[in-house]
Amino acid sequence: MRRATFKNNWIAAIVVAPQLLIIFVFFYWPTSQAMYWAFTFEQPWGGGNEWAGFENFNRILTDGRYWASIRVSVVYAAGATALSMGMALILAVFADRQLRGYRYYRIGAIWPYAVAAPAVGLAFRFIFNPSAGIMSYINAAYPGFWDPVLNGDHALAMVIIAGAWKQIAYNFIFFLAGLQSIPRSLIEAGAMDGANVLRRMRDIQLPLLAPTFFFVLVINITDSFTDSFGIVDTMTAGGPARATNLMVYKIYVDGFQGLDYSGAAAQSIILMFLVVALTVVQFRYIERRVHYT
Amino acid sequence: MKTTFISLAVIAAVIGGAAQAQDKIKFEYWYGLGGYLGDVVTQTCDRFNASQSTYEIVCVGQDGYATAVQNTIAAFRAGKHPTVVQAYDAGTADLMMSGEFYPVQKMMADFNIDIDWSNYFPGIANYYASSKGELISMPFNSSTPVMYYNVDDFAAAGITEVPQTWEAFEEALKALEAAQPEKCNYGYAPSTWVDLEQFSMSHNIPVASKNNGYDGLDAEYVYNTTQHVKYMEDVKRWLDAGLIEIKTSQGGINSRDAFAQNQCSVYFGSIASHATVHASAVEGLNWDVAMLPIYEGFERTNTVVGGASLWVLSGKSEDEYRGAAEYLKFLATPESEEFWSTNTGYIPVTKTGYDALVAKGFYDNAPYKGREVAIKSLTYTDPTPLTRGIRLGGFIQARAEWVAEVEAALAGKKTMQEALNTAVERSNQVLRRFERTYANKTLP
Repeated sequence: MRRATFKNNWIAAIVVAPQLLIIFVFFYWPTSQAMYWAFTFEQPWGGGNEWAGFENFNRILTDGRYWASIRVSVVYAAGATALSMGMALILAVFADRQLRGYRYYRIGAIWPYAVAAPAVGLAFRFIFNPSAGIMSYINAAYPGFWDPVLNGDHALAMVIIAGAWKQIAYNFIFFLAGLQSIPRSLIEAGAMDGANVLRRMRDIQLPLLAPTFFFVLVINITDSFTDSFGIVDTMTAGGPARATNLMVYKIYVDGFQGLDYSGAAAQSIILMFLVVALTVVQFRYIERRVHYT
Repeated sequence: MKTTFISLAVIAAVIGGAAQAQDKIKFEYWYGLGGYLGDVVTQTCDRFNASQSTYEIVCVGQDGYATAVQNTIAAFRAGKHPTVVQAYDAGTADLMMSGEFYPVQKMMADFNIDIDWSNYFPGIANYYASSKGELISMPFNSSTPVMYYNVDDFAAAGITEVPQTWEAFEEALKALEAAQPEKCNYGYAPSTWVDLEQFSMSHNIPVASKNNGYDGLDAEYVYNTTQHVKYMEDVKRWLDAGLIEIKTSQGGINSRDAFAQNQCSVYFGSIASHATVHASAVEGLNWDVAMLPIYEGFERTNTVVGGASLWVLSGKSEDEYRGAAEYLKFLATPESEEFWSTNTGYIPVTKTGYDALVAKGFYDNAPYKGREVAIKSLTYTDPTPLTRGIRLGGFIQARAEWVAEVEAALAGKKTMQEALNTAVERSNQVLRRFERTYANKTLP
């Protein structure tokens, strides 16, 4: 393969400098600050701080609430990712089959991604409202069937559905693009050999979709760990009884509301390593099964 | 992530600062109240600017008490903080420990502005005063909780006397349930402010040791050993018996709106909601307010203030301080107090402000009738060592611990006693962390 090379490295440096600067200012610098705070007792108003060693980490890792928060985050990530990728794949397959009106339907399926997370949260809060929303009809028939105000499992399910709904659009775009890049001739050849729709999907489309699938999986899992704040904040505020207290939300509550800067910084560092580790695992073990063409 | 926000705040502050022209002496004031109440704050600023020509106050809404404090901290760390900030009651200990403020009583003395500090209601002033009794922040929007009740529903249920005790309150709930099986009797929302803090104040029982933290950072929560447990167990029992219903915004409608919409017959909340309930009540809703009930066998004591006070921050010029002092002086005039109390549900903070309103017959007729109950509750007794207020670090977190555990108990996952024990244990960890962060420092 040919590689483009610059004879003069200075030009290359100048060209990439703005980008590097942005990454430094908005990523490395805050991360290093968080790192520093995590190892000190930082006073919120900046009136001096004291070296803490691993005391902040110790405090967090021996705290049952933190482990509960990790558990909830993992359930949320798994649930939201599976649900949104599954739904997106089904929708994309239908759009790809060019059923009647698929153009409008395609635009409609992309839209939700443009909706801000708090707005999604508010909309779903109404839908799942046990006494006034759509679920109230089911509650009227079966009293006590749906109670996200006190029942933590219901609340978590509600947050997962809202989070998944928002993510479906994004996944849909990638799945549709992936499906449309599969050569028609392959599918037509399969059809001529007598393979039905499901068979063609299983043997031709899904294997060829694997790289897209893998990419979407990584993005979704990362996203559900780091970007679930808006929905939790508007729908449940972490409750009831911390049943939806995702790691990002806990960082916000401890750091911004509780002014525990050091504890929140330590949690951010742990979350960062967790997401990095998950991504590494995915690349190491799942990517092996993916064949790029 | 945090520092990203801080750096964004810095950029915003720099851009904002550059746009300022230099005619009058300008100073900034960040307030947390939002919505309608925020508009009234802006009006006080306009009134101040119109009243004199030397200073110009620039009022910036932060949409929420918590955000106001968070943004101020971020700006402070960048050296771009406002001169005056409105900070909520529960953040008092956190701000006091920062040390980055100009005590208002000292500031007023430094600028030779004469204010009669004894004129402030003790239930309000003590909350914001140092251990030596010096006022550190200026009491501003002040409220205290009361019981809102539906007069017609009470009459229909044959309740002739408004319950003064929780025992009578339970009887009232039963009577309501019998008279109106379909309607929600009492829309309950777990609230530390009402259920724990003010409940403890009115019963003269401690929330935490060391006189609720006033006497030192080594205080510990003790509410799992007081009458508070009995009260929360009663709440749980009422919920299980179907006498009360949970009404929170997460469930679609909060307890105040459920009351105003005539869904529920009783609501416990801030007197500041008085104006809102009036404005949003359904046609013909006949309602009134009363003091919080107390348990039999207890002597009623005063409740304390809730709401927010105004803090003057350090690191500003003398001109800006002079402006801030003039603004605080302006707010303390009876005219300003009347403007503020009339347009919001908040109560006047000085005795003369209150007396002036009483003399004008302010409280005699709707829509203001009933608001004097809050003053009565606040001044019911002189503050005892246990009813001065709460002076506990990281109190916002402690409130969250209480709510999370009470929710677990209400959902039947544990007993109320277990829940409160856990909440106390975890809130104590918050206190220990706070003590550790401010090692070798003491409360002013």
